[in-house]
Amino acid sequence: MLSDKDRIFTNLYGLHDWRLAGARKRGDWDGTKDIIAKGRDWIVDQIKASGLRGRGGAGFPTGLKWSFMPKQSDGRPSYLVVNADESEPGTCKDRDIMRHDPHKLVEGCLLAGFAMGAHHGYIYVRGEFYREAERLSAAIAEAYDAGLLGKNAAGSGWDFDLVLHRGAGAYICGEETALLESLEGKKGQPRLKPPFPANAGLYGCPTTVNNVETIAVAPTILRRGAPWFAGLGRERNTGTKLFCISGHVNKPCNVEEVMGITFRELIERHAGGVRGGWDNLLAVIPGGSSVPCLPKGACDNLIMDFDSLAALKSGLGTAAVIVMDKSTDIVKAIARLSKFYMHESCGQCTPCREGTGWMWRVMERLVTGDAEISEIDLLQQVTYQVEGHTICALGDAAAWPIQGLIRHFRPELERRIVARKSAAAPRVAAE
Amino acid sequence: MSVRRLAPDAVQPEQFAFTTENRKKAEAIIARYPAGRQASAVLPLLDLAQRQHDNWLPRKAIEHVAELLGMAPIRVYEIATFYAMFNLAPVGKYFIQLCGTTPCWLRGSDELKAAIREELGIGMGESTPDGLFTTIEVECLGACVNAPMVQINDDFYEDLDKARMKALLQAFRRGETPKPGSQAGRTSSEPAGGPTTLTSTGAE
Repeated sequence: MLSDKDRIFTNLYGLHDWRLAGARKRGDWDGTKDIIAKGRDWIVDQIKASGLRGRGGAGFPTGLKWSFMPKQSDGRPSYLVVNADESEPGTCKDRDIMRHDPHKLVEGCLLAGFAMGAHHGYIYVRGEFYREAERLSAAIAEAYDAGLLGKNAAGSGWDFDLVLHRGAGAYICGEETALLESLEGKKGQPRLKPPFPANAGLYGCPTTVNNVETIAVAPTILRRGAPWFAGLGRERNTGTKLFCISGHVNKPCNVEEVMGITFRELIERHAGGVRGGWDNLLAVIPGGSSVPCLPKGACDNLIMDFDSLAALKSGLGTAAVIVMDKSTDIVKAIARLSKFYMHESCGQCTPCREGTGWMWRVMERLVTGDAEISEIDLLQQVTYQVEGHTICALGDAAAWPIQGLIRHFRPELERRIVARKSAAAPRVAAE
Repeated sequence: MSVRRLAPDAVQPEQFAFTTENRKKAEAIIARYPAGRQASAVLPLLDLAQRQHDNWLPRKAIEHVAELLGMAPIRVYEIATFYAMFNLAPVGKYFIQLCGTTPCWLRGSDELKAAIREELGIGMGESTPDGLFTTIEVECLGACVNAPMVQINDDFYEDLDKARMKALLQAFRRGETPKPGSQAGRTSSEPAGGPTTLTSTGAE
């Protein structure tokens, strides 16, 4: 278990003052100027050495991402864009950062912005997080008043402006290029890559999009040193992580833990264990709705990090752990996710626009067993035809939960079909 | 994808313009973005218009925003119909968005629907005749460890069950504004009964 001294989000639950004065007591904004004085290459190298991987789901190495930004401007400005469009079902960690530890994010924006040569940053907050946006906005205003943002930010000699931008209800805007489209004042429909945002992002200028948690952990890493962060967790899966534990546990919660903690320790130590006890576990979705579920059999020694979960054909995603006990109608649980993806498809690519609706309709019939056995294979084939055939990963995200269901719960799907057929068959009178 | 249309002409007002105060706010919002990139202000301006107009967005408001930003009206129509938070038809004074996605469903969002049905006599997508309440089912609102939950206007009400949902509705009907957040006594997202971390002295 992680000890408190190694926790980054020391006001995760909002038990202390979120304002600048409180944040400073917790160590935020301490020596920011000195960190900047070490230069942008030093910062990028430290982040690389820390092993930090993006906390928004994909797990791309952050330092490497920052290094893609141009060293010399060709006349175009560079932009930092923070993805605070937290909408992946199961995920509610960035919300806590914004409302309880906003200065970690604001300071992180300055440091990350400097490291990528950006004088401007935008934070795109999901529209429904109205109160969180108010809080973050107040923190930004405090930072301006204290000289920590704006001209010569924090006395560093670097000018940095930060703007909060609210979305208006679209899951797809969590996809980085859809987010950029939305920020430019368009429908949030993803762009083809390449060009990648580091070459042509916001307003056609070099841009890096990072998740809230990724940016918010950067100042602490730079203060405590890359070896400290790299020493936590396992190789290629280092550091601490905010986990969101929801569903059928006794005490759902958010918690910061070490990467690579086992699933069982995570939920038994912090979330009061599975409702009805460990043996009552049916399945878990370990990384937000987009990743395939895993049955109890895979959970006994399950290690919660990027590579371990990928090896099991699932993923760490956003580390949103959705626990389901044996009372769960697992088919219905996944069918509800299919409905989610149907609702959130932006409509741009045919396989996703048409496929998500088709898959949901079949899933609804599988809930009641109103299907043929052969349709399970057909559904599986269709998921593979959607996956990888769309501009963005929403098509993949719609396919994976169904693939996970078929992979691990096929007998349950077949049982329902057989049960319905036998119930519908004319009864032979025995009298 | 979801298909959303503007309200029928019968309920559309004949005109819309920002109030003087909101006009100033709109100009301040536009100034946040680089010169020539004023289209970036379209979401905040539509939101401002909706807030001015009883929480729904009429056709004239969409056109007003288009004009203000120098955008073709079709570009703003398509934005207003794309983003789910823009209400395209009148809604009740208390606009209840019930999260029905899997994490909330696992924790009993169906019970909340039943509570709304029993207390208000309406289902999802319906409004009470007195114009006080409108309820819709929405996709994940991002408060999953405090499930099940609803958003009422700008606030999240979390850790609900059937009885707490009914109590909330009764309070709103009396004209009160119940305290947002957990309705089960939690501060925020810590485990019920108290945190298991950040307990050692000196964490501050």
